[in-house]
Amino acid sequence: MQSPDDAAVAGPVIAAPPGPAPAGGELTTSIGSRNLALHDFLHNKRAMGGCGVVLLLVLFCFVGPLIYRTNQTTVNLGLANLPPGPGNPLGTDEYGIDILGRLMAGGQSSLELGFSVAIASTVIGALYGAISGMIGGIVDAFLMRIVDTLLAVPTFILLLIVSSMFTLNLTAIIVILTVLSWPYVCRLVRAQVLSLRTREFVQASTAMGSTRMRILVRHMLPNTFNIFIVTTTFAVADSIYALSALSFLGLGPPPPFADWGTMLTTGVNDLFDSYPWEVYPALIILVVTILAFRQIGDALNDIASSRSSIR
Amino acid sequence: MTWYLVRRIGQSIAVVIGVMILTFILVHLEPGSTAKAVLGLKATPARIALFDNTYGLNRPLPVQFWLYCDRVLHGNFGVSYTAGQPVSTLIAQRLPRDAVLLGASTLLALIIGVPMGLYQALHHGTVRDDVVAGTWFTLYSAPDFMEALLLIAIFSVHFHILQPNFPGGITSIGGLFGDLNAMVLPVVVLAINSVAGFSQYMRSSAIEELAQDYIRTARAKGVRERLILTRHLLRNALLPIVTILGLALPDIVAGAVIAEAIFNFPGMGLLFWQSALSHDFPVLLGATLIIGIATVLGNLVADVAYGILDPRIRHAVA
Repeated sequence: MQSPDDAAVAGPVIAAPPGPAPAGGELTTSIGSRNLALHDFLHNKRAMGGCGVVLLLVLFCFVGPLIYRTNQTTVNLGLANLPPGPGNPLGTDEYGIDILGRLMAGGQSSLELGFSVAIASTVIGALYGAISGMIGGIVDAFLMRIVDTLLAVPTFILLLIVSSMFTLNLTAIIVILTVLSWPYVCRLVRAQVLSLRTREFVQASTAMGSTRMRILVRHMLPNTFNIFIVTTTFAVADSIYALSALSFLGLGPPPPFADWGTMLTTGVNDLFDSYPWEVYPALIILVVTILAFRQIGDALNDIASSRSSIR
Repeated sequence: MTWYLVRRIGQSIAVVIGVMILTFILVHLEPGSTAKAVLGLKATPARIALFDNTYGLNRPLPVQFWLYCDRVLHGNFGVSYTAGQPVSTLIAQRLPRDAVLLGASTLLALIIGVPMGLYQALHHGTVRDDVVAGTWFTLYSAPDFMEALLLIAIFSVHFHILQPNFPGGITSIGGLFGDLNAMVLPVVVLAINSVAGFSQYMRSSAIEELAQDYIRTARAKGVRERLILTRHLLRNALLPIVTILGLALPDIVAGAVIAEAIFNFPGMGLLFWQSALSHDFPVLLGATLIIGIATVLGNLVADVAYGILDPRIRHAVA
């Protein structure tokens, strides 16, 4: 986590590069800090590498099944535990289901979960944090204690409790993980908003009669963007991990739901036998996916903090 | 400092009440009625009514919350559905074992992470920095349960050096130490997860301190580099780690559930996992409350310790 003060320095106006004077009294908003950050992002090898891997994963999981059609629903014990070979490039599992096809199906749920939780929790967290920070006072103190409460109990612990109470499907897990993830975004955004509140451009905007809504949308949210985009990418990785860990502990959605964690759990029983192909593909793709998202997040974090230190 | 302390303690109390409200809500989310869960599905309506009356379950919710707080503050977390023992007893048995496991792994993580972060800071921006950062980043990103399984596959199945799990029936802390061999893998797995966090904080904190004037002064007057590192840099750069220790508590606890489930370590995590599988809600909620309160206390202690250790903060907020 970078300190909020660090990131607060990167405002849109300061970062405008030297260039021809703006014509007709227009302010330099066309090449703002976000375009420069975008430039940094496009030239960052780690970020681009991570994005490339994510793109390949999306193609693999969503386009792959259209080309490589497999039976993922019926058990066929006659085909159980087949080693990799023609017909089954990665072999089959203990129910005779093709592993390559299962990787694709499992990846769909993992990626859907990761993206949905990340986007939903960012939107909720950023709005809640920004509004709470802008209102301030007792309301802010009360709203923040709610956030602190959710932060005090580990996400994974609460997820385990709820999945012990109810049999969860993917949508339910998305909702729960969103409810548990937004406080992290919220804290960071609020800290940034508190420091933005005292900045001249915000005060100038207030003095010119901007409504709170306008300040929120035009000034607060754009200037916290480089903070919450980092947490968003980390949230994708974290929720994919949470789902796989939940399934690994035997509390994930029931079959025929496919996901990488379940593949690992069933595969692990065979790890010590002689079916390594039932463990390693799921293991490798899970690590690669989480690494890719974490690389993007980390690169974004570097860009955000180096852009603020340039000044 | 006093005012800061009062405010900080007030916030913590508010959060503890929040955690109690949260667990109270979870109790009421529980499917089916508590009476049926305790008395069995064949309980007669009369007995259920009696049970509800005895435990105040037919009272209005605010009254029930008050009764719940009263019970919890007296250390009564209910009775486990499966073990038939009070939840407080079950947790009290396991907490010391967790203190040993989590203490040992956090210590190991600090012993590795702090020098690693310093090393990275001193070679900041070079290939060596990148290699160390990349290695820990990969280990940190890889799901902990996989690392655990791979370590078991290597050290237990292939080389037969380490025990893959704890034998059942360990009842004392002495029993843990009697089986040091079985402690190795859980401690290592938990440590791997924390090292990356500690070393990266140490790195950025040390880089910040290296740019300070006092380091330049020390170098200019000819203090030996080793002394600069240990006397000047380390002491100042270690400060943020204190806060991180407090903040890392929820992550450490969550990691413990998975590690203990895999290695059959007889701690809170294993209890929690088994209770989740057997729908033993009193245990789950009691443990959650304890974890929540521990986290709040951890953060409070970290903040106060930070203030005590760093006079700049102490005087700024006073």
